[in-house]
Amino acid sequence: MTDKNNLIVYCEYEDGKVADVSLELLTKGRQLADKLGIKLEAVVAGSNLKDIEKQIFPYGVDTIYKVDDDRLYPYTSLPHSSILINLFREIQPRIAFMGATSIGRDLGPRVSSALHSGLTADCTALEIGDYTDAKTGKEYKDLLYQIRPAFGGNIVATIVNPECRPQMATVREGVMKKEARDSNYVGKVVELDVNKYTRPEDFVVEIIDRHVEKSKVNLKGSPIIVAGGYGVGSKENFELLQKLADTLGAEVGASRAAVDAGWIDHDRQIGQTGVTVRPKLYIACGISGQIQHIAGMQDSSIIISINSDPNAPINTIADYVITGKIEDVVPRLIKYYKKNSK
Amino acid sequence: MSLNIIVLAKQVPDTRNVGKDAMKADGTINRAALPAIFNPEDLNALEQALKLKEMYPGSKVTVLTMGPARAAEIVREGMYRGADGGIVLSDRAFAGSDTLATSYALSAAVRKIGDYDIIIGGRQAIDGDTAQVGPQIAEKLGIPQITYAEEIMGVDNGVITVKRRIESGVETVKAALPLVVTVNGSADACRPRNAKALQKFKYAAVPSEVAADEAKQAFIAKRPYLNIGEWSAASVDADLAQCGLAGSPTKVKQIENVVFTAKDARRIENTDEQLETLIKELIANHTIG
Ligand SMILES: Cc1cc2nc3c(=O)[nH]c(=O)nc-3n(C[C@H](O)[C@H](O)[C@H](O)COP(=O)(O)OP(=O)(O)OC[C@H]3O[C@@H](n4cnc5c(N)ncnc54)[C@H](O)[C@@H]3O)c2cc1C
Ligand SMILES: Cc1cc2nc3c(=O)[nH]c(=O)nc-3n(C[C@H](O)[C@H](O)[C@H](O)COP(=O)(O)OP(=O)(O)OC[C@H]3O[C@@H](n4cnc5c(N)ncnc54)[C@H](O)[C@@H]3O)c2cc1C
Repeated sequence: MTDKNNLIVYCEYEDGKVADVSLELLTKGRQLADKLGIKLEAVVAGSNLKDIEKQIFPYGVDTIYKVDDDRLYPYTSLPHSSILINLFREIQPRIAFMGATSIGRDLGPRVSSALHSGLTADCTALEIGDYTDAKTGKEYKDLLYQIRPAFGGNIVATIVNPECRPQMATVREGVMKKEARDSNYVGKVVELDVNKYTRPEDFVVEIIDRHVEKSKVNLKGSPIIVAGGYGVGSKENFELLQKLADTLGAEVGASRAAVDAGWIDHDRQIGQTGVTVRPKLYIACGISGQIQHIAGMQDSSIIISINSDPNAPINTIADYVITGKIEDVVPRLIKYYKKNSK
Repeated sequence: MSLNIIVLAKQVPDTRNVGKDAMKADGTINRAALPAIFNPEDLNALEQALKLKEMYPGSKVTVLTMGPARAAEIVREGMYRGADGGIVLSDRAFAGSDTLATSYALSAAVRKIGDYDIIIGGRQAIDGDTAQVGPQIAEKLGIPQITYAEEIMGVDNGVITVKRRIESGVETVKAALPLVVTVNGSADACRPRNAKALQKFKYAAVPSEVAADEAKQAFIAKRPYLNIGEWSAASVDADLAQCGLAGSPTKVKQIENVVFTAKDARRIENTDEQLETLIKELIANHTIG
């Protein structure tokens, strides 16, 4: 185990753009690498990767490993796993991150199994700290604390990986902040030969059809969110929320109960199994405030709760509480906004 | 063509109902304090297996679960809905497993079953919430995986076609058998129990459940279809260094219950005047507008 080794982030790439979740992980990775006095590296596998380093270096990346081959896009499990497994065996990273996306959660476990390195899913915080094994009394310095909710969000566990390397973790999109380090930062690019890192039989899974449904929803990027829950009561009442959102220049979000009721699309779900958001203003309409929902919105700057129950749990984290019915309160908010804005 | 299908099903504590006593001091789960249920997405997985069995008569569906002897309940539940039988993998040596040790043990059991075409699991269990076990089993067996499956469309000439649901849309993929498929909650719900199967299998049990009851043992001995397999670490040739806590690279350092500290919320009366004042305030401090 050589803890001088580096921190590496697997970068996802689609439509000529490095995924936000990967840039968020690079941002976090740079902070942790500074703390540990190690380098930040990135690995990207796909096709048409020319100039991709321009998007990555500004996050303070020292080395980019690039594998460019037509067969590597769209993503399939086996070739991408082989690349990481072989590269990690070679460079022995100390820490490795990937997005908790349909790609990262397909890839990460496979890589961790082959390397017998632990993997922690869906972390919400990553820190550095020491650890003493309760049984052996052995002390470990500067481990990665992998902090994650489990048990349906009812508990938060800090997981460590004392003996095996890399210490691997996945993180959902929107959980970490994205912040470039220095637009002039330049590291080095290492091009890897796909044939050295994959086997021909890795290309057995064939994608015969792919409908990419571009998500029109931009919840994460919206400074104001009007979110509806089961208390909204109907699809028609959701249109009322849409009206408020249109008036304020906001996006509409929802709790899982409202999604399950079929009143609104799944891609608008906020919470542990949906999107994590941190807008300037979050207006929660008819949402009771279960842990799994709060996990996705508690970092909003200002929270307004509109609920017919004066004791709804969400009221305990709200800045403003309006006790009343959606049907009654929302139209008046629209009216007074129109009246008072220029 | 008939297929040998293994369904991976986990008995999970119902995490929609968690109290304070759910975790033990060492960071492992106190399962006894919670009602145990069939992991929801594993029911979606079972349904896909049962559909294949209908498409390809003569196919066999075996439910494999790792857990204490009472996880036999999961196998019985699977049999009530149409599975042919099952196995409970149970041993103290598996206690405290992380996902790597879990997938090691399950893959050893799959190897012992031997003749399999498709292994179907849920995407994710609602207690550990990691979605790691399926792909790790595939890696340990050296076979491909298809995750986030919403529908298994069929098998033709040893090649399976699966529709996947991922964030960016829908993908249809083909791969050669054998392989691991993990199924999303967005897939078809599982069919209910079948009254005939319930009658037929209600006395099915693992040996340790009937250890103290000779009459039941004799009853099952005459009806081999009621015998649910019960395998130990030794019976699947598992290397103990890779099982349980010893085989788990990840360690739980600390567990905290989630509690929220109350903020000082401002109560806005539901009157025209107060609502308008709130809106004016939010405009004035540039929160909106
Ligand atoms: C593993 C797991 C993951 C989950 N992930 C998520 C997730 O990502 N996101 C999520 O949201 N949930 C998630 N859930 C579900 C979560 O536990 C709750 O069930 C859900 O958030 C409840 O939604 P709700 O608040 O809209 O509904 P309810 O709890 O039914 O609350 C409705 C509220 O509306 C109020 N109300 C009723 N009528 C009116 C009215 N006319 N006007 C105003 N108020 C009214 C009621 O007083 C009540 O407070 C998850 C659950 C599990 C187990
Ligand atoms: C608070 C807490 C946090 C944890 N965090 C991590 C972590 O970050 N990393 C880690 O490696 N481990 C972690 N674990 C351990 C993990 O929960 C266990 O290893 C568990 O046995 C398997 O993981 P899972 O529940 O996440 O299953 P998943 O990987 O979510 O399960 C996916 C599918 O695999 C199949 N499957 C899983 N388990 C079984 C089984 N016993 N029998 C049959 N089929 C099964 C099912 O089809 C299931 O739907 C954590 C445990 C706790 C209590």
